[in-house]
Amino acid sequence: MKIICRCQDVTEDEIIAAIRQGATTIDEIRRLVRAGMGSCQGRTCRRLVAQIISRELKTPPAEIYPPTFRPPNRPVAFELINAELERHSSENGEKE
Amino acid sequence: MNKAFDAVIIGGGILGVSTAYELARAGMKNICVLERKYLASGSTGRCGGGFRQQWSTEANTTLAMASVKRLEGLEEELGYRTEFFQGGYLILAHTEEEEQQFAKNVAMQRSLGLEVNMVDPAEARKIVPFLNTELIRKATWCPKDGHINPFLLTQGYANAAKRLGVEIQLWTNVTGIMKKSNIFFVMTENGNTYQTPLLFNCAGGFSKGIGQMLNVDIPVDPYRHEILVTEPVERLWDPMVISFSVGLYARQEMSGGMVMGMGDPNEPVGTYVGSSMHFMYEMSQRFTRLFPKLDKLRIVRQWAGLYEMTADAQPILGPVDEVDNFIQASGFSGHGLMLAPAVSQLLAKYVIKGEKCPEIDSLNVKRLYNLKNVEKEKSVV
Ligand SMILES: Cc1cc2nc3c(=O)[nH]c(=O)nc-3n(C[C@H](O)[C@H](O)[C@H](O)COP(=O)(O)OP(=O)(O)OC[C@H]3O[C@@H](n4cnc5c(N)ncnc54)[C@H](O)[C@@H]3O)c2cc1C
Ligand code: FES
Repeated sequence: MKIICRCQDVTEDEIIAAIRQGATTIDEIRRLVRAGMGSCQGRTCRRLVAQIISRELKTPPAEIYPPTFRPPNRPVAFELINAELERHSSENGEKE
Repeated sequence: MNKAFDAVIIGGGILGVSTAYELARAGMKNICVLERKYLASGSTGRCGGGFRQQWSTEANTTLAMASVKRLEGLEEELGYRTEFFQGGYLILAHTEEEEQQFAKNVAMQRSLGLEVNMVDPAEARKIVPFLNTELIRKATWCPKDGHINPFLLTQGYANAAKRLGVEIQLWTNVTGIMKKSNIFFVMTENGNTYQTPLLFNCAGGFSKGIGQMLNVDIPVDPYRHEILVTEPVERLWDPMVISFSVGLYARQEMSGGMVMGMGDPNEPVGTYVGSSMHFMYEMSQRFTRLFPKLDKLRIVRQWAGLYEMTADAQPILGPVDEVDNFIQASGFSGHGLMLAPAVSQLLAKYVIKGEKCPEIDSLNVKRLYNLKNVEKEKSVV
């Protein structure tokens, strides 16, 4: 049993099963078996998933529909966002 | 290529695949679903996954109740796990006005047989810990509402439909439709033509454009609706929580992430589904107002999809006057996932057995041509 997505513990077999159900894109695999939904958001496993699709469907890697990149770039806590907002509004307040 | 089918369904979202499945289950052969990209690539795959029966209009409540009943045995029937989970819905009343409206809603919902109650802030906090009860006056609670995984539900319907012989054509963009002597000719970007006597418009936020191909006005306007998920944390609560005043909904995924979204009244009409910083800031503020102790949760991903709005925030169902056998299932106004299980069944009954039901009548597109008579659904986030 080979783990492809370490963040979400998704095995190669699970990914192949999703492809057998008709998945042809990295996004579909993410949605069906959660490979790429972990805290690294697919940075580690994306390429491996693409390789498996390419191998199983015999499509050249360049023809695999590109995945959507979702913000944020790395996990960010609500308290940080709120603090940043507060800083912004107080800075803007000083200028006025 | 030119192929003939007994029914063609445009759209591979939850409405398209569930309708295909119900038609096939009712005995229809030769059904084809045409999807521009892949299954659930539209609103369905971007949605919050909630199902609730607590609505302000009778039509929505009745359809949602029928859906939940259908969902209760569906995993077994489809032979597919969908993460169907009845964790309940807690809807927060912040103002006196809301309290009064909710009391009316609850009375109507109970008259339809729904198990739903008004609870006070202390009880609400028992159901959803960490809730800032200073902000609320009352809440309504229905334990039989819940959530489901939208990808898995779509895939489950699709797999079962395929087993019954339904063809699902992915990466097939419909670009034109012509009707000649009772046959629709559905033309696609890759140069194929699909012929059928029965055509379904399940194109979600794009259903207006499909209507235009046959010169039928389907007044559905797409609006971007944004949503995010946090890193997985230990189990905090089971229900979906909604606040119309603060303007948010939040639930915890089976895998632990907290999913939350909000409506933005300033969103312009359009099909753009990129993510915004504005949403991240605004969501963060709203969520921590309601749950101050949860401000350490970390956002891992945000995305957006289309709400497919009608003027009364209720769907458009059934036939149209201008073109026979052109059946609508769209305009779900941000709650199509939860209505699909019932709607697909009603539509199949209607086209196969000619059985009409009050909802197919009352939700005909005609009502939207004269807005004086429409009753607007109030419980929309
Ligand atoms: C952020 C967000 C949260 C939501 N939360 C919830 C929730 O908690 N509960 C709930 O019940 N609902 C929710 N909704 C609403 C729900 O997602 C939709 O109402 C539902 O998915 C509609 O399903 P559909 O099949 O009609 O549309 P879609 O899923 O959009 O499917 C339509 C399909 O048609 C295809 N299509 C369009 N034009 C063409 C064409 N010309 N040719 C071929 N194919 C075409 C599209 O690619 C698309 O896949 C939410 C929506 C969003 C955006
Ligand atoms: S390894 Fe797959 S999401 Fe991180």
